[in-house]
Amino acid sequence: MTNLWMDIKHADVVIVMGGNSAEAHPCGFKWVIEAKVKNGARLIVVDPRFTRTASVADFYCPIRQGTDIAFLNGVTRYLLENDKLQHEYVKSYTNAGFLVRDGFDFKDGLFTGYDSDKRDYDRSTWEYEIGPDGYAVVDETMTHPRCVMTLLRKHVDPYTPEMVERICGSPREKFLHVCEMIASTCTPDRVMTSLYALGWTHHSKGSQNIRSMTIVQQLLGNIGMLGGGLNALRGHSNIQGLTDIGLMSNLLPGYMNLPTDKEPDLATYMKTRQFKPLRPGQTSYWQNYSKFFVSFMKAMYGRAATADNEYAYEYLPKMDVPTYDVLRAFELANQGKMNGYVIQGFNPLMTFPNRAKMTAALSKLKYLVVMDPLQTETARFWENHGEYNDVDPTKIQTEVFELPTTCFAEDEGSLSNSSCWLQWHWPAQPPPFEARTDIAIMAALYARLKRLYAQEGGAFPDPILNLNWPYALADEPTPDELAREINGYSLEAVTDPNDATKVLLPAGKQLDSFAQLRDDGKTACGCWVYSGCYTERGNQMARRDSGDPGDRGIAPNWAWSWPANRRVLYNRASCDPQGKPWDEKRKIIEWNGKQWIGFDVPDYGPTVPPSQGVGPFIMNQEGVSRLFVRNLMRDGPFPAHYEPFESPIVNVLAPDIQGNPCSRIFKDDLAALGTSDKFPYAATSYRLTEHFHFWTKHARVNAILQPEFFVEISEQLAAEKGIAPGSWVQVSSNRGQLKAKAVVTKRIKPLICDGKTVHVVGIPHHFGFTGATRKGWGPNSLTPVVGDANIETPEFKAWLVNVEPTSPPAMV
Amino acid sequence: MANYQSLDIVRRSASTEVSPGIRNGTEMEVAKLIDVSRCIGCKACQSACEQWNDLRDDIGHHVGVYDNPLDLTAKSWTLMRFTEYENPKGDLEFLIRKDGCMHCADPGCLKACPSPGAIVQYANGIVDFVEENCIGCGYCVKGCPFNIPRYAQDDRKAYKCTLCNDRVSVGQEPACVKTCPTGAIMFGSKGAMIEHANGRVEDLQSRGFEGAGLYDPQGVGGTHVMYVLHHADQPELYAGLPKDPHISPVVQAWKGGLKIFGLASFALATIGSFIHYVTKGPNEVSSEEEEEARDEIAASKQRRTVSREVRL
Repeated sequence: MTNLWMDIKHADVVIVMGGNSAEAHPCGFKWVIEAKVKNGARLIVVDPRFTRTASVADFYCPIRQGTDIAFLNGVTRYLLENDKLQHEYVKSYTNAGFLVRDGFDFKDGLFTGYDSDKRDYDRSTWEYEIGPDGYAVVDETMTHPRCVMTLLRKHVDPYTPEMVERICGSPREKFLHVCEMIASTCTPDRVMTSLYALGWTHHSKGSQNIRSMTIVQQLLGNIGMLGGGLNALRGHSNIQGLTDIGLMSNLLPGYMNLPTDKEPDLATYMKTRQFKPLRPGQTSYWQNYSKFFVSFMKAMYGRAATADNEYAYEYLPKMDVPTYDVLRAFELANQGKMNGYVIQGFNPLMTFPNRAKMTAALSKLKYLVVMDPLQTETARFWENHGEYNDVDPTKIQTEVFELPTTCFAEDEGSLSNSSCWLQWHWPAQPPPFEARTDIAIMAALYARLKRLYAQEGGAFPDPILNLNWPYALADEPTPDELAREINGYSLEAVTDPNDATKVLLPAGKQLDSFAQLRDDGKTACGCWVYSGCYTERGNQMARRDSGDPGDRGIAPNWAWSWPANRRVLYNRASCDPQGKPWDEKRKIIEWNGKQWIGFDVPDYGPTVPPSQGVGPFIMNQEGVSRLFVRNLMRDGPFPAHYEPFESPIVNVLAPDIQGNPCSRIFKDDLAALGTSDKFPYAATSYRLTEHFHFWTKHARVNAILQPEFFVEISEQLAAEKGIAPGSWVQVSSNRGQLKAKAVVTKRIKPLICDGKTVHVVGIPHHFGFTGATRKGWGPNSLTPVVGDANIETPEFKAWLVNVEPTSPPAMV
Repeated sequence: MANYQSLDIVRRSASTEVSPGIRNGTEMEVAKLIDVSRCIGCKACQSACEQWNDLRDDIGHHVGVYDNPLDLTAKSWTLMRFTEYENPKGDLEFLIRKDGCMHCADPGCLKACPSPGAIVQYANGIVDFVEENCIGCGYCVKGCPFNIPRYAQDDRKAYKCTLCNDRVSVGQEPACVKTCPTGAIMFGSKGAMIEHANGRVEDLQSRGFEGAGLYDPQGVGGTHVMYVLHHADQPELYAGLPKDPHISPVVQAWKGGLKIFGLASFALATIGSFIHYVTKGPNEVSSEEEEEARDEIAASKQRRTVSREVRL
């Protein structure tokens, strides 16, 4: 979230698209209701299904899954055509006036530079024109034929209301009504918030779905404002923490990334990570990358990381491929190229696409370790459960280890929520039986590995043997110790960069913030964005002061928020260029003539005067936000509509380019795609409010509330297929099939797309063959193995199926 | 089960005892307000009800609707009822109503109950079942205009929402109110709830729900569980919420005219017997009849012995 949960109450318009927050985030959704009840806010829901969120919406508009970019580019077109912009904001705070290099174009569904063999672009033209002064050239009038505003107008021009209706199946008048409601927030005193979740990310162009709303919000001046922003509602209480700490194959903590094998030394690595300002005087905070990086290496390797050995740069793995994401990992397992898998807190057998492939891949492993508090299906993938898990255990040789772990209420630590709050929690009760914390298990594993390396050597023992392990009990580091390490500490005295005699922080102290980080080895910090969470004043995450000065929904002393305890990101943009709030009643910060003061920590130099012209988007090299995202995304600087990889209609905008041209798809997975002649219906998957992932199905109360797997179809499709409500149906894709009870509902309606009737089939997640609920399947029996072009999130939200009446599954 | 003292009781079923009603009028009348327009159907209230009251219903089946369990039972005292409604404009509405005891001011269950003190009403308006006094006749089920009480087969007693009187009696809100994430369920004095509802109705009218209103049906004297409805003019839309609920005429008759008639018949019969005794004297038993009775007893003893042998 750019903003925070409580801040939703300030919105005038709330749009839920690419999510279903009432069902998936019922507790946070209270703030939407608060906005409606106390602020008279209007709620818009755009979704293929009339969800429980839609049940409390002021306006619902249907959309075919996987066409959000067409819809939102249509909204952008409407805003530009009807001049519904926050003009001053767009001019001062976005890159609308920046000139783009000559040669950049978009034609027939492709940007300049596409290589169809590599399924990738040469992105060299997707860049600003750089002037003789070394900075990007800007046309203040935003009228230059190559300025971003002109290019954006051209890019969204095909997305007329008629085209939106043709692609999305959203009736034209409903689409236009949504446009009007959104456009009502273009004035400085009206604000819209966008709430989204996996409904946008689970696509082969998930990142671009989000980009398309980012453009809308920038044009309306809704970023940085109270009640505004672009708010990703995370699907797990600590999934924000997962990304912050960088638990991806290619990431380091704090949104840094691992080197590639083309970066053999630190100097080469840093060369592409200098992030020099692209406009004069801009902050471009990533310029400090080397401070974050060196401090991280000092936290990892302590004394073994020195200036002489490039701070142990050689210890880091070098990526030979962009990522070892889960799709690639299980592809490798399926090819027999991966021998073992340690699974910590997830259930891939029921989650990742194409379950048959998952079973095959798991069956080829030599060993599988499952660390989980519950009996997951993955840990029992080898066990026969009749139709529900039709495997032959005698043919599976994978050795499976189950290591019971603690549940959240049985251990101590912090959770990072969607608002980027780090909230400390304490155990409510001791763990049962043999369950141990994940930390204890990993520490014990490390101790044994280290012993083996010490005794027997090995190809490269140094990174293991030299790992910094400063914990009082080597077998079980405490969450407190880890939190202190993540915050960072000074190894030597930290001095003022302008005056070496002035000591800012003596040696051996907890850092106050990442501003104290150094790249000379004097500081260590596990995750720079978390620096400030555990200072000399103690554990800031454990703070519990709900006081909220000015009723801003900020509560600055409740827990701790990264970065720097800031609650609303880009809050400098809530003021005009002179430093006066756009809207007094939404004041977060303001310039008082000497410094920035207010209710939140300014996202800006605290004493930088407005007259200095520093842009509000201090992380960006430009200082402004990006309508045109340069070469930073693989699949285009503007979002373009492509169909899902399995779609009932062709891409009417560019018939030759059906799916995202940059999405990676493995050979067998490509062959396993189905077509609409055999699988005519557009399927989507989602969560139910009664359950949380694969967790609560183990709890009796939740099982009572939602006991059994089902799929949802329209009354029209039911009539066509002779399916009675509550009867059994078989749903199949080109990769597998499942059986489910049919919910026949008015809440799903056939859509007319490109003149063709498209039936939507809804398939909920959550059910499996372990737990208290009745046995069932999940959508992953059917889903295709293809992911987002930038981050490989699988396309769980749009694929093709067939539906037929069937007999009940045999009892097991 | 009651957590209140007799001093709180203002009415008790089938009882000629006059309740002291000592707190009647001094105790605040409470109400639960369910704002249907804020409800997202998450079933947190169902879960809280199960947990607070330690109820665990059976794990059911899916039958093609979101309602689970499918109906109220002796172990499910509240549940969400989902209705898909296409309004005259052609737009779909997904109406979700939390169903459960309405705690009527004039409770049909209490009126119908023939067992003294099995159903009581407290001064704060809560209507409560006192299971140890319940004789399992099921009349309360028939007497309820909202079809709420459920009869448990295992102990042959009737159960329903207590409005968490154990919590309310110590100054807490009912468990469903406490847990509702969107504040759709509120609790307070009946006056305050009506006042709040009026504000909500105004807001709904501003959003185009011209028929919005408060559901506090006067046919049962008003209720201590009330709804804010977008379509208060058509409550039946919400899974058959009755438009103008009344206690069934059968119960009215049974506890009204019929009761008087019954009592009168009983009195007449007693008086008749007395007159008969005075005028005709007691019945005499002849010696033949005594003989016959002795034979009958002997025969039955023999039968019992035989049957015990067979069992052995």
